Amino acid sequence: MAAGLLTGLVVFVLASFVGFEVINKVPPTLHTPLMSGANAISGIAVIGAVLIAGAQEWNVTVILGLIAVVLATVNVVGGFLVTDRMLQMFKKKEVKA
Amino acid sequence: MNSGFTEFLPTGIEITYLVAASLFIVGLKQLGSPATARRGNLIAAIGMFLAVVATLLNQSVLNYQMILLGVVIGSLVGAIAAQRVEMTAMPQMVGLLNGLGGAASTLIAVGEYWRLMGLGETIPLDATITVILSVLIGNITLTGSFLAFAKLQGLVSGSPVTYPLQQPINVLLLIGFLAGSAYLVATAPDPTVFLVINGISLLLGVLFVLPIGGADMPVVISLLNSFSGLAASAAGFVLMNNMLIIAGALVGASGIILTQIMCKAMNRSIASVLFGAFGGATKATGGASGTQQDKIVRSIGAEEGAMMLGYARSVVIVPGYGMAVAQAQHTVRELADQLEKMGVEVKYAIHPVAGRMPGHMNVLLAEANVPYPQLHDMDDINPEFERTDVALVIGANDVVNPAARSDANSPIYGMPILEVDKAQHTIVIKRGMSAGFAGVENELFYKDKTMMLFGGAKDVVAQLVSEVKQL
Repeated sequence: MAAGLLTGLVVFVLASFVGFEVINKVPPTLHTPLMSGANAISGIAVIGAVLIAGAQEWNVTVILGLIAVVLATVNVVGGFLVTDRMLQMFKKKEVKA
Repeated sequence: MNSGFTEFLPTGIEITYLVAASLFIVGLKQLGSPATARRGNLIAAIGMFLAVVATLLNQSVLNYQMILLGVVIGSLVGAIAAQRVEMTAMPQMVGLLNGLGGAASTLIAVGEYWRLMGLGETIPLDATITVILSVLIGNITLTGSFLAFAKLQGLVSGSPVTYPLQQPINVLLLIGFLAGSAYLVATAPDPTVFLVINGISLLLGVLFVLPIGGADMPVVISLLNSFSGLAASAAGFVLMNNMLIIAGALVGASGIILTQIMCKAMNRSIASVLFGAFGGATKATGGASGTQQDKIVRSIGAEEGAMMLGYARSVVIVPGYGMAVAQAQHTVRELADQLEKMGVEVKYAIHPVAGRMPGHMNVLLAEANVPYPQLHDMDDINPEFERTDVALVIGANDVVNPAARSDANSPIYGMPILEVDKAQHTIVIKRGMSAGFAGVENELFYKDKTMMLFGGAKDVVAQLVSEVKQL
């Protein structure tokens, strides 16, 4: 197995454990915002898309990459903004209470 | 000077990625607590911004105009969607965004494979394997999420779809996928075979979500959320990019935790959600419900309902998805305010799977400015129903069905419910006598202590408000 793949696997497993630890015990009120926030983070695919769309000459890979850039950006921007919109509502109410 | 800068650049990019990954972790942590959630979201967004800027500095990225155009288009679409979406449509929105993330990951893998094929050399084994894994997860996320979106949006029937030979067909497709993959790994890269396994994985996504529906929708959305993270991770393996791997793994883990919480709230295992057709069991009990005609239903009007509520000491409101669909949350809060003015103690009981995604009902009530301390989780409120004068059920059905406790043959047997039948009286606001989302008959409606108040949630609650004012 290539060394790069192995390193990637180590990083993946450790990051998964971090994810489990960080997100455990979240109150139900925050389940929806947490999910849409995490969803926005999964739009990190945008950087992979930028990397393959970066070549100067036009070819299939660049076109696919550019489509991926658009889709992943929608995921990122839409995800973070809608999460903020939801959390804003919680905030407003906290001040009142 | 210039050469020193270019030498430092790759290291700088990696360090920025490390900072971005740390910001994601801190952001997720803060998203888990009400006081810091909004800041957490902002921190994660800053992490994303840093990661994108660092990537644009990569020496191999030259096609700036087109990429920036893509970013601008994507940002506009995303921002408008986030502004316009109704809070009731949150599950669809998340479903749709999941699908887009999955699509992006697949496109990355396909694009990279195409580039490798174009080089005309043999593709290394690990590259082929990671590409195959990436298209599998990405495609399933893509079509699965879009079908979930269509189901939630009502574009296709929301109920579980079952057909003969369901499992054998899935297994056959999976074997086809594996055979195609083995061919690609063992022999030369072949565009046709590659497209075929793409097609198979797209189909698998559809077949995966098709038999799931009804009350299991929150589980599906959580699971697809997890998949979208894993898809990003897989794309990270294709490009050997740690940033993608880490961020994807974090999202994958969070989705799995939420999936577990949802399954626990319905007393179902993930396996039974994925493979046990909820609909099949429902049909079995459907036959028995034919005898229900001779049971007596007590129907009351708004005036009588208002009197019961107004002269009660304590009222627990149980909102369900029906209330959300009717956009009645604001009117419900008006009713609660009015009752409180009259000295009635008002609480809200929230079932973990009320709504169509985890925590959905809390968001809807927050939108209507319901004070946070009035919201109670199932475990907190259940012991209190015995001391409650009136439980007011608005557009909820399966989550208050006593059959979950008593009838071992019911498909929802074992699911923890809100025990409204233990209250002195129960008022159920409902359009008609139809069964709930899970397709199960509800014996609560036939109990002596239960009064049915028929009509659309918004109209009925508005009538209650004006009647209560006149008391």
